Amino acid sequence: MTAATGYAPNRTLPLRVEIVRQFKRRRTIVAFGLLLALPWILVIAFQFGPQSNAQGQSALRISDLATASGLNFAAFALSVSASFLLVVAVALFCGDTVSSEANWSSLRYLLAAPVPRDRLLRQKLIVALGYSAAAVICLPLMALLAGTLAFGWDDIQVPGTGETIPAFDVLPRFGIVIAYALVSQLVVAAVAFLVSTMTDSPLGAVGGAVGLWIVCTILQAVEALGVLREFLPTFWNNAWLDALAPELDWSGMAKGASISITYAAILIAVAFRRFRRKDVVS
Amino acid sequence: MKRVAAWTAALALIAVTTWLVWPSAPEVRGQDQTITVVDGPADDEKVELDTTYFAPPGGGKAPAVLLAHGFGGSKRSMRDQAVRLAQQGYAVMTWSARGFGRSGGQIALNSPDYEVKDVKQLIDWLARRPEVQLDASGDPRVGIAGGSYGGAIALMTAAYDRRVDAIVPQITWSDLADALFPNAAQPAAPATAARTSDPAEPSDPVGGVFKRMWAGIFFGQGVSLDPTSLLGRREAAPPLTPEQARCGRFLPAICAVYQQVAETGRATPEAVELLRKSSPITVAGQIKAPTLLIQGQRDSLFPLGHADANARAIAAGGTPVSLAWFDGGHDGGNGEADWLFDQSAAWFARYLKGDDSAPRVSAFTVTRDGGRDPGTRQRIRLHPEAGAYPGLAGTGTTDVRLSGPAQNIVNPPGGAPAAISTVPGIGGLLAGQNTGGVSLDMPGQSAAFESAPLTAPLQLTGSPTVRIRVSGEGEATLFVKLYDVADSIQPPALPAGLVAPVRVSIPEGAGSAEATVALPAVDHNFAVGHRLRLVVATTDMGFATPVQPAAYQVELASPALAVPTVGTLAAAPTGIAWWVWAMPLAAVVVAGVLLATGRTPSRSRRRTAAAVTPDAGPGDGAPAAESREAVAAANGRTAGQKGDADVPLGGQEGDADVPLEISGLTKAYRNGELAVDGLSFRVERGQVLGLLGPNGAGKTTTMRMMMGLIQPDAGEIRIFGEPVAPGAPVLSRLGSFVEGPGFLPHLSGRDNIALYWAATGRPAADAHFEEALEIAGLGKALDRAVRTYSQGMRQRLAIAQAMLGLPDLLVLDEPTNGLDPPQIREMREVLKRYARDGRTVIVSSHMLAEVEQTCSHVVVMRRGRLVSTGPVSQLLGSATRSNGHGPRLEDVFLDLIGDNA
Repeated sequence: MTAATGYAPNRTLPLRVEIVRQFKRRRTIVAFGLLLALPWILVIAFQFGPQSNAQGQSALRISDLATASGLNFAAFALSVSASFLLVVAVALFCGDTVSSEANWSSLRYLLAAPVPRDRLLRQKLIVALGYSAAAVICLPLMALLAGTLAFGWDDIQVPGTGETIPAFDVLPRFGIVIAYALVSQLVVAAVAFLVSTMTDSPLGAVGGAVGLWIVCTILQAVEALGVLREFLPTFWNNAWLDALAPELDWSGMAKGASISITYAAILIAVAFRRFRRKDVVS
Repeated sequence: MKRVAAWTAALALIAVTTWLVWPSAPEVRGQDQTITVVDGPADDEKVELDTTYFAPPGGGKAPAVLLAHGFGGSKRSMRDQAVRLAQQGYAVMTWSARGFGRSGGQIALNSPDYEVKDVKQLIDWLARRPEVQLDASGDPRVGIAGGSYGGAIALMTAAYDRRVDAIVPQITWSDLADALFPNAAQPAAPATAARTSDPAEPSDPVGGVFKRMWAGIFFGQGVSLDPTSLLGRREAAPPLTPEQARCGRFLPAICAVYQQVAETGRATPEAVELLRKSSPITVAGQIKAPTLLIQGQRDSLFPLGHADANARAIAAGGTPVSLAWFDGGHDGGNGEADWLFDQSAAWFARYLKGDDSAPRVSAFTVTRDGGRDPGTRQRIRLHPEAGAYPGLAGTGTTDVRLSGPAQNIVNPPGGAPAAISTVPGIGGLLAGQNTGGVSLDMPGQSAAFESAPLTAPLQLTGSPTVRIRVSGEGEATLFVKLYDVADSIQPPALPAGLVAPVRVSIPEGAGSAEATVALPAVDHNFAVGHRLRLVVATTDMGFATPVQPAAYQVELASPALAVPTVGTLAAAPTGIAWWVWAMPLAAVVVAGVLLATGRTPSRSRRRTAAAVTPDAGPGDGAPAAESREAVAAANGRTAGQKGDADVPLGGQEGDADVPLEISGLTKAYRNGELAVDGLSFRVERGQVLGLLGPNGAGKTTTMRMMMGLIQPDAGEIRIFGEPVAPGAPVLSRLGSFVEGPGFLPHLSGRDNIALYWAATGRPAADAHFEEALEIAGLGKALDRAVRTYSQGMRQRLAIAQAMLGLPDLLVLDEPTNGLDPPQIREMREVLKRYARDGRTVIVSSHMLAEVEQTCSHVVVMRRGRLVSTGPVSQLLGSATRSNGHGPRLEDVFLDLIGDNA
């Protein structure tokens, strides 16, 4: 009898358990609350803010088109949040999943339960990515709902050219946008997760991922780097705009997804490798 | 830390090596040289030219390239290009043309008698250089490149000197007279005839409309045609003499002619003769050097029509010609400096070096807007190519119907206010990257004719034509332009800001005249839904217009606007870059390797270590020797005591009946200090073992290793015969409470316990929740969030969690910390009862009295080493002997750890 009766490594830490463990946390509730409230805050801001009087004057920026229809509003909400808010949300879910356990000292009891280390990381990664995905998805969906209620259901007006695309043609495109936003956040998730396995300070993990993101964004502005910038994880962050162009252009999103997956695969592998051999002292 | 440092050092080393080894461009040095040339109609005028010669860096013989500067520039403006070109293996010469920079002489506008003769002598000079490759004696392999004024000298020299082997003239003129006095009206003839007439046939400049502003800049004193220099800094110049102020550095003859035409706004035959003498079009048929003509799409001084005329004339002589319409010109645009350089370099590589592997330059390339880059959101440019140059009439024609009534327009007295299309010199600065710049039509001065919204996109490439009828009297000066009208919101765009000036003579008494107007050649995409608007205006700021007021009626002679298109232009296919799919695949492979190679190698390592020597420490020398002694001592004592111990003799290694067996366990801190040093002991069933030791004795580290949290550096722990490794299944038989409780603070005590058990994946029935929770004794507090608990409550809950499932081996670290005396007593009973059923308990504690009352056996550690082990009673017995006091564990302990001063 090498193990206690009823013990099987592949039954430890079921996803259901990990979801419940994370869900009741205040930071989870607050993050989702914020993401779900943001569209409504924006709607209120657009409703009560000073009306732009320059009717039609260069009214082709994505922010000027936001009130044109629910779809436009959702695109706007996504564009303003993709660059930072969603990054923070994803970094939050993936960054403190392991480090917070270390911080509470509950990590050692899970490992001694024993939950095999690879399995612990796998289950935690799946749940963290699941929460991240839910965050990325719930924002545009709520924005679509809020925008449609506030500004009506109409065809989407493309920023820049002002052309319109029928609403039902653009719904699948919207799916692409969300899917791409998910893929492009993989890097943040992977960085946060890697740092999470290395530290017992949740703030450090989240801050580390966000900090790296900021550094990349700054580096991206250095034109002297030339083509090297294309390989920064943040470079293709806005490529989803192409999915809303009159002609769907995959090239940018393909490059962005490629880079994102590359970084994520390696970083996550490093996280597993390190954690396997790590001395858990927290 | 050491590993991180090693990695950083390795990476830095690689980076520095790469930096050093990376091939850097060869260094090129310019050698300043004053070359005296003799020119003039009679070859009797000596001029000193300021030149710089860049020898090819590689050594050996190389082709030569002459780089000519633009109007107002000097050899210094070409320096960067020259260095770049020389690095590619050419002997490069730059020079200041006569009348510019530090060179002597006066500007003769690329006259065959002056500038051409100068350049011929520069070629003579190059032929004498030892580094320059020769085709024949005195005939170097030489190419000429340059923009604007420098482009014209390339064409002129190539026409007059057969030694020139390739030229790349950029944004230059074919006919200077036509450039300054354009007239886009073709003689009254049917539209179809007009299309087939040879556009290379120059219109008559005597009837042309004076391009006043450009001409003023061109002939102005010291003004460069480089648009930035108009706004930028100017070099301080000495005060001018009256003659200099009047004519600058122009030849007096040219100066006089300009002053005359600028006053009247009319070309004189002498002026036309003079300008034609400096125009490549008159001699282009003689050019035998392969020519790459690069012309700007944003150029109201030398529009695309000039390159067209040159191309036709040169190609007529059987010489290879390629054309490129790039995003640039005298009115600004992007400039595409790198692309132009690449094209020029490719052209020279093919025709000077004879390098067939050089990139091919297509017969016709057009720069087009390629939308925005998905990453930078910057504009990107595409370069569609065609295998043959179709001319300004395109490969096909789309007729667009225009409509509009006859409209009356006036020429205001004095010609002001004038419509604005392009502001010469600074148009490029005002205009955005992609708009036509500022274009304004004055009310009452223009007639507009508009098409219906387009149902399909229309790509105009070339020069559209339209027939108009003008009613009125005398000679009408009109400006015809074609707008792209998107909607009522955005202002209409004038592609490239170009207008076609026309002069229509209405015969006496006829009352009206028809004219076919060739609109400016552009490459422009009219999107679906946009309309084409033809505007005929009486004024334009850039041109001289009559000062007398006049009224005309303008109407379309034919509603069809013939729009040329080039269907053969196709962008080079841009497939997905190889790395897009290769990189993630490689990353997945790398990830796989990372995971596969990292698979718990420590287990095998530890096994070997344990097999070789149970006491192998990571340290060397003294500590290792010390530890060996310690282990030996400990083992000796253990062995000595085992015989008379009341526990059964244990089995061999791997005995499933031995709850815990530790052998040769060693663990070093990161700084190399040993936390646990060759520790060996075993625990039998039913024992309550006290683990004693002062702070830093290594108790907690040992317990962490029992839980698989820390990997030993050497030695082994076996629980029920199974070696402990991270996540080893046998750990499921171990309940542990080490270094304080660990709960999710936001969950209640009950949820914490339930979720912990759920995380073990074992059946809920095995948990024995009730018994465990009874031990915790939390009562109603069990349903509060853990963060509200006191230290003692958490402690009890954690012990309860450790007892979940009633593990066969229970490891508790300082379990009585934070408990009050009744609870301590209760805990004592719980532990004793727990061990009574054949289970085993290991307790570490500082409270010696507590251990004395609770434990059956004891292990004493000091600085990571085993000091003593055995039943409590035995230990106390030996102590009595040694100091005669009552048997107190405290004394024994202090004695053992050598602290009993």
